Amino acid sequence: MVEAKNKYDRQLRIWGEQGQAALESASICLLNCGPTGSETLKNLVLGGVGSITLVDGSRVEEGDLGNNFMLDAESIGLSKAKCVCSFLQELNDSVKAKFVEESPDALIDTNPSFFCQFTLVIATQLLETSVLKLDKICRQSNIMLIVARSYGLTGLVRISLKEHDVIESKPDHFLDDLRLHNPWPELKKFADSIDLNTTDPVVHKHTPYVVILVKMAEEWTQRHGGCLPSTREEKKEFKELLKSQMLAFDEDNYKEAIEASFKVSALRGISAHLRQIVDDSLVQVDSTSSDFWVLVAALKEFIENEGQGEPPLEGSLPDMTSLTEYYISLQKIYQAKAEADTAVVEYHTRNILKRIGRDPGVISKSYIKNFCRNARKITVCRYRTIEDEFTSPALSELQKYLTDEDYSVAVGFYILLRAVDRFAANYNRFPGMFDGSKAYLLVKSHSEMDDDISRLKTIAVGILSDLGCNSSALPEDLISEMCRCGGAELHAVAAFIGGVASQEVIKLITKQFVPMSGTFIFNGIDHKSQLLLL
Amino acid sequence: MADTATNGRWRDLDKLLLRPGNLVGPNFEPSPELRDDLQTYARVLVVGAGGLGCELLKDLALSGFRNLEVIDMDRIEVSNLNRQFLFRLQDVGKPKAEVAAQRVMERVSGVNIVPHFCRIEDKDLEFYSDFNIIALGLDSIEARSYINAVACSFLEYDSDDNPMEETMKPMVDGGTEGFKGHARVILPGVTPCFECTIWLFPPQVKFPLCTLAETPRTAAHCIEYAHLIKWGEVHVGKSFDEDDPEHMQWVYSEAVKRAELFGILGVTYSFTQGVVKNIIPAIASTNALISAACALEALKIATGCSKTMSNYLTYNGLEGLHTKVTEFVRDKDCLVCGPGVLIELDTSTTLQKFIDLLGEHPKVRMPKASVAHRGENLYMQAPPILEEMTRSNLQVSLYNLMGKLARDVVHVTGAAAVNGKTASSLRKLRIVFRGATNDGVADMDTAGGA
Ligand SMILES: [Zn+2]
Repeated sequence: MVEAKNKYDRQLRIWGEQGQAALESASICLLNCGPTGSETLKNLVLGGVGSITLVDGSRVEEGDLGNNFMLDAESIGLSKAKCVCSFLQELNDSVKAKFVEESPDALIDTNPSFFCQFTLVIATQLLETSVLKLDKICRQSNIMLIVARSYGLTGLVRISLKEHDVIESKPDHFLDDLRLHNPWPELKKFADSIDLNTTDPVVHKHTPYVVILVKMAEEWTQRHGGCLPSTREEKKEFKELLKSQMLAFDEDNYKEAIEASFKVSALRGISAHLRQIVDDSLVQVDSTSSDFWVLVAALKEFIENEGQGEPPLEGSLPDMTSLTEYYISLQKIYQAKAEADTAVVEYHTRNILKRIGRDPGVISKSYIKNFCRNARKITVCRYRTIEDEFTSPALSELQKYLTDEDYSVAVGFYILLRAVDRFAANYNRFPGMFDGSKAYLLVKSHSEMDDDISRLKTIAVGILSDLGCNSSALPEDLISEMCRCGGAELHAVAAFIGGVASQEVIKLITKQFVPMSGTFIFNGIDHKSQLLLL
Repeated sequence: MADTATNGRWRDLDKLLLRPGNLVGPNFEPSPELRDDLQTYARVLVVGAGGLGCELLKDLALSGFRNLEVIDMDRIEVSNLNRQFLFRLQDVGKPKAEVAAQRVMERVSGVNIVPHFCRIEDKDLEFYSDFNIIALGLDSIEARSYINAVACSFLEYDSDDNPMEETMKPMVDGGTEGFKGHARVILPGVTPCFECTIWLFPPQVKFPLCTLAETPRTAAHCIEYAHLIKWGEVHVGKSFDEDDPEHMQWVYSEAVKRAELFGILGVTYSFTQGVVKNIIPAIASTNALISAACALEALKIATGCSKTMSNYLTYNGLEGLHTKVTEFVRDKDCLVCGPGVLIELDTSTTLQKFIDLLGEHPKVRMPKASVAHRGENLYMQAPPILEEMTRSNLQVSLYNLMGKLARDVVHVTGAAAVNGKTASSLRKLRIVFRGATNDGVADMDTAGGA
């Protein structure tokens, strides 16, 4: 549909038709329809997710109109899930929107299988006990879970799932794969066919830097016992050598060659990041392995055999100063090598599939090709269960955060966000949350607030000491800040948290880009938010 | 929860505005009056009603602001709908500012939003001076630069060259590209203005013409050849209009021909549009979070209910999640937020001579300036009717036109050369008249608040 293509044009430029198709077939469940949940879904509905199901058992009150844009005055007294659902539907009629008028906490307790129908569950403003139960349910059924919370001027976003594999991680900056340190025969042959000392000034200034570097590196190795420049001195000398080849100061190709000269000294082999993946225990594939891990196994075989320690060639060539025909020829040489490498990986893939008793043709050629093109950038994300994190967080990290000035506020909020949930479990309200008449009195009288502050402090100190941490690191000002906001869900904070959460949902569903790790703690005071890896 | 008994519509916001705290701004005075004052007196201008502007209007309306205005010259397009959530398919073609204002007012009762469907340059300084805070939701460097200069033009310095707080026009500014974005707070005279840190926005690198003409290698080269070279050769005298689908189609098919000629792959219609219009990819979620950060800072500036961000937040969700706050420092010699370019004149210098001088002045470079002094237009280059009305001033001495003040500030507007490009600019100039003494007419320092 032309219209849909135009409507989504600005995002198709980011995640392409495939990413969009993944979004359009995703089914998303939202728990609680406050501003945090409504804003998260708003961003996803605009982007065209397949279907949304909103779960909320509450009715709209006047106070909800002060922080939720997906409600209006006529919503008062009606089901919040229903009202938010209908306003969200207005944003995009190609999204299937449904609602369930039930409390999420009750649904988690009474009907856990309800969640199995979704691709992903977004749990907002849910208390600790329900979050823990929901996490177990989602893990069991391989449903992706995102927990999002807004609380006063803080909040958090946390992804929970067993494993998420990314082929198209699309990093912003990544060193191109030119193999100048290790040119293959066809590339060498092409370089040999070009005379760097040509007397034609136009050709001289349009000889691509790839050719210049391959030839000059060869010349260098011949004069240095087969070694490429490696020390700082040698690298400098190599640059001087390149400079001496210039006929005029405006030869951009030589400038590019000097700038890229470090690429000839690149170490052979794969990065530590990729090493970790190919050495993962899941590379021992069997009939239950995912396609991704079958490919990693095939990749490993390639690296250890035909690749001689190197991954398959990516095959793309960055633009560089060059005659058109030189550039096109080089492009074809790179593409041919990439295709040859892909064919080998495909061969390994088919064999592995046969070996583990699966149909050898089950993984498509285009999937393998895409995998090979991104082989150096594949990423595996794993997340601890929330229960594991709560009962046995990475202590060394936690200690570090508590004493690190840059992290102390974030980790303070982290502990306090857990503490307010325990407070709520004890007192059936959040600290600093008083009924209507008293809310105003507090400007004059602080005694009830002071009580809450000391109660919250006791709980927070208890959490820290249970974990064996020094509780004196908890800033007093943060504790009173948590009580001041009295569980308020501010629209701007909710919109921020919703923006973060929806970005992560998109990354998870499109399987493109790398989702966040750990727990994101929002700091709305000075915006020095942090990711805590616990 | 026990607290479900309603505390009124501003149940949540009130906790922030009515209760004392320790991590708050220096002038924070929590009370119900603070919320009332915010609603009654705080006036915010939202510049741009696009992806950021729509979010900003919603966020500000739900953060207690009631007096909002929005300015945008664009009409709604289909490609806006994936993020500009206030617009529907049936709104395509209508002015963004008007529809956005209408939608937010329908949803949030009590809020008043005045739309301005025009260019930012169409409004005079007086219009901008009316606001307490200006929120920028723009995607162009030129427009940011212009608004920044306008906001900074109100800033006055005392005799010790310290910025006077009551003349300060705070700005919050956001920008996004894909999964990345920034939000910043500009307190003119205190934190760096847009121009102080202009290096954060390097100009876009253009392809050399000889590459396009002689050695094309990529699809983009073929497209730019068709767009920048071939169009002019074939359509003599007819300028290219990127919004005309027929023009775009022509460029596309020419680019395809050229790509075939050279064996280059990858020219598509969509890519052609991207290159020619320099389309920046944009998604709802990034716009949402960046605008939210800006709106939250606006609320803090207006009420002091929390400490503020100092002063530049970057967000990157591309590889994991990275956020960082950088405290940039002011450029002490900034021509825009500093005390102004000092120009010494003789008391006999005519306005005409002064205008001629501005074209050559190395720090101004504005050949056809319009000149304003304390809100009064001394000379206007356009429109013709105002030009005619002010033309007689040209032969009068500037000293006389400025009320015989020994020194004072004037504002000049017009096209100026900035970084090799010509752009609409506004400059603040500090004029000092040689040999003149203030004979008690009005000193600029004491008259500052007037
Ligand atoms: Zn400045």
